Amino acid sequence: MNLEFFLDPNRCIGCQSCVAACSECDTHRGHSMIHLEYVDRPISVQTVPVVCMHCDSPTCAEVCPADAIKRTGDGVVQTARKPRCIACNNCVLACPFGVPKMRTEWALMMKCDMCYDRTSVGLKPMCASVCPSGALYFGTYEEMEHLRPRSQPVNTFRFGNQTITTKVHMMVPRDAGISHLDVLSAMDENPVARMDVFDEIDS
Amino acid sequence: MKSTPDQLSVPPDGRPYHDQPQWRNDFPIDWPQDELVARRDFTKFLVLTSFAFAVGQLWIVFENFRRKRKGQLTVMRIARADAIPVGGSLVFGYPEPHDTCIVVRTGAQQYFAYNQKCTHLSCAVVPDLARGRFLCPCHNGSFELRTGIPIAGPPRRPLERILLEIRDGDLYAIGREVRA
Repeated sequence: MNLEFFLDPNRCIGCQSCVAACSECDTHRGHSMIHLEYVDRPISVQTVPVVCMHCDSPTCAEVCPADAIKRTGDGVVQTARKPRCIACNNCVLACPFGVPKMRTEWALMMKCDMCYDRTSVGLKPMCASVCPSGALYFGTYEEMEHLRPRSQPVNTFRFGNQTITTKVHMMVPRDAGISHLDVLSAMDENPVARMDVFDEIDS
Repeated sequence: MKSTPDQLSVPPDGRPYHDQPQWRNDFPIDWPQDELVARRDFTKFLVLTSFAFAVGQLWIVFENFRRKRKGQLTVMRIARADAIPVGGSLVFGYPEPHDTCIVVRTGAQQYFAYNQKCTHLSCAVVPDLARGRFLCPCHNGSFELRTGIPIAGPPRRPLERILLEIRDGDLYAIGREVRA
């Protein structure tokens, strides 16, 4: 059974369950590795859970000068190895998704490892096991297609000239017909939504 | 190195691993590659470690030998054995020049040597052959000439004896016997 991680930000209700559950994970007990980000806090309560995308070519590992970040045989990028990590913050700066967290007091980079103690034995990651709305889902590809027929999993992201293929899938509307997510294009976009909101407020 | 199923990570340029620079194979991102120990590396490790152990044993032997030698006093030539007349004495420094010792000849082949330091308050003892003893002039301490044992006065401990040996007519100090 090939279990995959699916991220569906549309369904996120910002309940913080995943954040709390993450800190229960035995690989980093007491420290939540999930980021629950607000998209545009002044105008919306929409939140996005950010977990490690587990890239095929992990940028964090590529930039690590100490050879500390490793990827397991099943494609999960792990927290930096304590004996090797030199706390240089290269990975924190390099990761296009902003996942790695530096714990300065331990001189160790820690990141989401998809609850490796659980997923390696076929259990769901902590966050996916508690998410009430299915924004974080862990299951087979077929299950996902059956459950969300109007959405399509995408695992290719483009950051300028860098194209990243990831192990974790992002759900996008099927009728959008896109094969990859161009993340940087969002930066050029006019804040249309904001204008709309202001119009509504004015009227 | 050939691309294997263990190598999941795709280099950023997307080319296969045998087209990649050597450092990428030397510092792999994937766990299986990172933890791979080649037979040749393991053999190298075994050989070098056993070599280190063998050298360590030799080092321990050498250290033991050195430690034993360190405790031993040097063998020092005092004088020609004939240079001291029967009933005469000679002061010499042993093991260091400032550790004054005295050797007394009582017979043709009878030599007795002691550290001159009195065991009471470290005055220099003088031989009194007529009465067969060493006398400490400070507090009238007396030691037996043949054994160095205190026989009168305040000293309670025997004199420090110097071990002697005659080799080819030369008198040598070969050691020291500290007695309580």
